[in-house]
Amino acid sequence: MRLLTHNMLSCNIKGVTNGFPLIIEAEKVLEKPVDLNPDFLRNMFHKVEWKALVDAAKSLGYSELPESVDPAMLESPEFLHRFHHALLELHLEEGALVCPETGRKFPVNKGIPNMLLHEDEV
Amino acid sequence: MASRPELQAPPEIFYDDTEARKYTSSSRIIDIQARLSERALELLALPDDGIPRLLLDIGCGSGLSGETLSENGHVWVGLDISQSMLNIALEREAEGDLLLGDMGQGLGLRPGVIDGAISISAVQWLCNADKSSHEPRLRLKAFFGSLYRCLARGARAVFQVYPESIAQRELILSSAMRAGFAGGVVVDYPHSSKSRKEYLVLTCGPPSISTAVPKGKGDDGESSSDESSGDDENRTVSISDRHRPRKKQKLNKRGKGREWVLKKKEQMRRKGNVVPPDSKFTARKRKARF
Ligand SMILES: C[S@@+](CC[C@H](N)C(=O)[O-])C[C@H]1O[C@@H](n2cnc3c(N)ncnc32)[C@H](O)[C@@H]1O
Repeated sequence: MRLLTHNMLSCNIKGVTNGFPLIIEAEKVLEKPVDLNPDFLRNMFHKVEWKALVDAAKSLGYSELPESVDPAMLESPEFLHRFHHALLELHLEEGALVCPETGRKFPVNKGIPNMLLHEDEV
Repeated sequence: MASRPELQAPPEIFYDDTEARKYTSSSRIIDIQARLSERALELLALPDDGIPRLLLDIGCGSGLSGETLSENGHVWVGLDISQSMLNIALEREAEGDLLLGDMGQGLGLRPGVIDGAISISAVQWLCNADKSSHEPRLRLKAFFGSLYRCLARGARAVFQVYPESIAQRELILSSAMRAGFAGGVVVDYPHSSKSRKEYLVLTCGPPSISTAVPKGKGDDGESSSDESSGDDENRTVSISDRHRPRKKQKLNKRGKGREWVLKKKEQMRRKGNVVPPDSKFTARKRKARF
């Protein structure tokens, strides 16, 4: 799972109001290089919750993202590169996602988070 | 034709390792999934500006439909309830991220972030009650409600579906409308029993020009170019049930009784089927006739 997906994902348990962002417990992280597309990044920039991305990247061992941002930074190739790397090239391969409100753990195996809820959570 | 897979077992059981394997080994399945996904993507009517969009593939399975999205330059996230199908997607090195999840429990995604969603032959599964706790109406509501929230305003969702009956199509469509979607059904090749395909085209947000439902292919009697291969098509979702022996009918002298019949009728109603109302004659005893 890439941090792009992590940034969109929130805990869906019935009654949970603050299910975002899920806390990452990383056991194995992979890096898979992909082509950088500046247009995609510019579009995504407005949708991404920046602080969640910074924290998630740190939990995967990458701390090169600036803590605060503004759209003007999208002109900088250096910034785009870091944004791209954090969003699309880092993968959480093994570990867990933890609901910030309930502490419920969603295991991640082979890069796939298991988001299935128990019957009493629906 | 083999009976519909939705009637055989819950999806996470039906799509086991053996069933999932067919998705890598059958060129026919690969071809059909690709064509259905191409059409679904076309109906999404994304802006033609070459910018990759963030899309959702619901019931992404082995990632065949996702491959079409990748080939068209888009970034996608797939959701499926079957681990076996997702394993195949891993094997095929699907480019999208995969989530193990049940669409009937609702999608746990932030509001307004998704640019479009497709789903190939999956949504009709929601009309089944596979567990006693399953209530199709509630599961459809959870699904469409959460989908509506996570889509960007004006974004579309296109689902290729195989509804079992008119009532089932109505149930799916009305759940979508109640969640706030505008749109309707596009039927390709309506005059061909073989190539006929249904797509639910839904738009997020108030009705406008962009929410008008596009025309189906072959509406004016134009025939599908691949009529001959058509017979096989439906089998994407209705694959042989040879391995799954049907439950033997229990023969029991007293019959099933009124209570059992009432329960069954209620179940069928919940699936969206048209069932005659209960009356004092329901499950009455009949004279033995020879
Ligand atoms: C006909 S297959 C579609 C295959 C897929 N488009 C592909 O390219 O492989 C239908 C898929 O829907 C999935 N499905 C059925 N019910 C589901 C549910 N409630 N939530 C998520 N996925 C579901 C099944 O597991 C199956 O993989």
